[in-house]
Amino acid sequence: MDTTNTTADLKSATMDADTHSAHYHTKSEVPTQLPPLGPDMRPLWPPKVDILMTVLFGIAVFSMPIWLQPFGAAYPDLMQRFAIFGIFAIGFNILFGLTGYLSFGHAAFLGIGSYAAVWSFKLLSLNVVPAIILSVLIAGVFAAAIGYVSLRRSGIYFSILTLAFAQMCYNLAYSVLTPITNGETGLRVLRNDPRVLDALVGSSEVAIPRASFFGISMTGMAGFWACAVCLMIAFYIALRITRSPFGMMLRGIKSNQTRMAYVGFNTRPYTLVAFIVSGMYAGLAGALLAVVDPLAGAERMQWTASGEVVLMTILGGAGTLLGPFIGAVLIKYFENIFSALGHTTLSDAFSFLPDGVREFAVSIVSPFVGEGWHLTLGVLFVLVVIFLPGGLAEGFRRIGRMFRGGNKSETSS
Amino acid sequence: MTKFERPSRRGFLQGTAIAGATLAVPTFFTRGAWAQANFCNAPKGASVVLGFNVPQTGSYADEGADELRAYQLAVKHLNGEGDGGMLNTMKPSNLKGNGILGKKVEYVTGDTQTKSDAARASARRMIEKDGVIMFGGGSSSGVAIAQQSLAQEIGVVYMCGLTHSNDTTGKDKRRYGFRHFFNAYMSGEALGPVLAEVMGKDRRAYHLTADYTWGWTQEESIKNATEALGWETAQTVRTPLGAGDFSQYLTPVLNSGADVLILNHYGNDMVNSLTQAVQFGMRDKQVNGKQFEIVVPLYSELMAEGAGEAVKGIFGTSNWDWKLTDEGTAAFTKSFGQEYGRPPSQAAHTCYVQTLLYANAAETAGTFYPPEVIKALEGFEFDGMGNGPTLYRADDHQCFKDVLVVRGKENPSSQFDLLEVYKVVPRDQVTYKADIFGGELGPYEVAGCAA
Repeated sequence: MDTTNTTADLKSATMDADTHSAHYHTKSEVPTQLPPLGPDMRPLWPPKVDILMTVLFGIAVFSMPIWLQPFGAAYPDLMQRFAIFGIFAIGFNILFGLTGYLSFGHAAFLGIGSYAAVWSFKLLSLNVVPAIILSVLIAGVFAAAIGYVSLRRSGIYFSILTLAFAQMCYNLAYSVLTPITNGETGLRVLRNDPRVLDALVGSSEVAIPRASFFGISMTGMAGFWACAVCLMIAFYIALRITRSPFGMMLRGIKSNQTRMAYVGFNTRPYTLVAFIVSGMYAGLAGALLAVVDPLAGAERMQWTASGEVVLMTILGGAGTLLGPFIGAVLIKYFENIFSALGHTTLSDAFSFLPDGVREFAVSIVSPFVGEGWHLTLGVLFVLVVIFLPGGLAEGFRRIGRMFRGGNKSETSS
Repeated sequence: MTKFERPSRRGFLQGTAIAGATLAVPTFFTRGAWAQANFCNAPKGASVVLGFNVPQTGSYADEGADELRAYQLAVKHLNGEGDGGMLNTMKPSNLKGNGILGKKVEYVTGDTQTKSDAARASARRMIEKDGVIMFGGGSSSGVAIAQQSLAQEIGVVYMCGLTHSNDTTGKDKRRYGFRHFFNAYMSGEALGPVLAEVMGKDRRAYHLTADYTWGWTQEESIKNATEALGWETAQTVRTPLGAGDFSQYLTPVLNSGADVLILNHYGNDMVNSLTQAVQFGMRDKQVNGKQFEIVVPLYSELMAEGAGEAVKGIFGTSNWDWKLTDEGTAAFTKSFGQEYGRPPSQAAHTCYVQTLLYANAAETAGTFYPPEVIKALEGFEFDGMGNGPTLYRADDHQCFKDVLVVRGKENPSSQFDLLEVYKVVPRDQVTYKADIFGGELGPYEVAGCAA
């Protein structure tokens, strides 16, 4: 099993978005040269490239307040969103990218996570730890139930089933279960909620109900650091899942489920676990949404939200580790920054042009910003799907290969 | 070929230390950016930024567009451009027409999409990125309440735009939220006696209600007011916001034995449900030997414009109407008309007035420091803003002023002249005790985004 593991790691590395995969690329063609590992030589350390990748990813995430500055996106709310929807997309990718099951109802778990977290803030404690644990668990339970039914079908039927379940959840939250979800207004944390755990250690009365991590209030940058830490953990777990024999099994299911069945594997437990894990990721993302802003609204369960995560994953690169995160950042950036660009901002931006030309330039560009940000996103999506079917991650890989290709003659010896 | 080795203990420790240091670097750069002077978004430099967060898409988009027009006009007038509008009629006023506290007013806009989530995200962008000192806007009470909570959490004043739910200044009231618009309770108190007078005391009402906080409280208020006058309530049915097609909800109405249909809908929902009800021929029906009637408790010119012929003779209430004859209304309608070629809606009016009231409070307080501005607004009694003498009650941050009962005009003289003021219900009749809805304002001092 361990030998398989290492080989699997090497093979899988070539499928990934990281630029270091090429180091492996040459190796995986000669796997026989590797010394076989005995059962007592289990690799305690993950492959170096994984550590390197996690560290680089960590640096990129934690330095967001610096490198996002020129893009006008370095403010806490948006960076929190990058991290949170990054988690959501990375989790979604475990199901869609790895296992090949396209769920159109993942926003349901996002919403369930949020509601669970807000209820935890209301009933248990304003501390984020119980809220996060509770939401991940509850989202997992719902994922198990929905997955158990939906996974009896595959392909388009599976997608439709998940979509139907998600819309059911949305409608329940929106109107039927109003006492639990507070309907359209959204569930909020109030000053005089019971908060049993807080009451045990002191007073449950607070002036302003805010989520906190043992006294550190989760607003502004603190909220972002918390989300970033969660993102790192989520990313590393996803990385380990991808590299594991279990991940290999999921990829086998994606490439040919029937063959897997003939080889003697019962695939259903694997798909169900993948579904639950990715549901729990969505639950974590939902919980974090409630942590940084203690309000849960039904609209985050709507089908548009489910569609958004599919877009993120495909745009960034389905089946890659970094792709979904890149997609999430891009879409949230468009949604928050592009949508706020107005006519005046454009005129300022083109102020270096002579009057007539500026008017022309503004009139050309303005349908693509502001309310028209969906249009830009649509164009980008079409371009990516046509020219880079592997998503933006494939684009980066191509660029990386080009550079290495140029240098190869000097360094390959 | 490179060899893959497990890192040595020393190597690992060194690596960890370097990684840790690298991760900590950003905090040194960012800490300063968020530790602002003494309160959230204290204006530095020669200008001050206001945030206008209105629905630009969705069921209430028309209202949002008009609100935005009013905000832009208010900013113009505050900066001393244009003819000054209500700056000239407001009493008492400390406004000088040179910005607020000598700082030029700038603004940013956002789209609430009539969704609580999106509205809060947009508001946080304004607060965290654009550094707004005050934000405002509305059209959905759910969204207004969500933003008002955010205002309290983060410590930036929120001046509600159009929001009509009792909860906004009732059980969900907040120290940092203020509402100039009237509410469902006042609508009920004003409309009830008129309905009884026109339609008689022996009526059975059927409610169709938008399924969120505003719909719920309006249904409750109208129900209480009409039942107190002897009406019965046949049934109350909740409809989802933005349903578009209401035929499935309208079909059962005629078979229910009700002879009045009360539409607790607003914006495009009201346009659709009223138009469909009229198309169903409901207004030509006789039920229980009486003419079947439709009532729309909260009315607006924009909705009347959308519904066209269907509004003729329909009763409702309104916060303000551009055809009022006082000098404040005249001044505002004139400058709005000159700017945009159309009369302002009540949504535009309330947003315009709110912006001026905030600016005046800051001038009065002599600072932008929110607790002082809030204290200047609380209990502020003013006139000349189109509603007669008005009080910003300190207990719940609700404005008390006259309420208009309006009716769809039978023979409109123009496309904007669709409603006639049937009765002006005086302020005393719609005033209620502050504690009937419960709720708590919360503290003045919040360690918000400056913390």
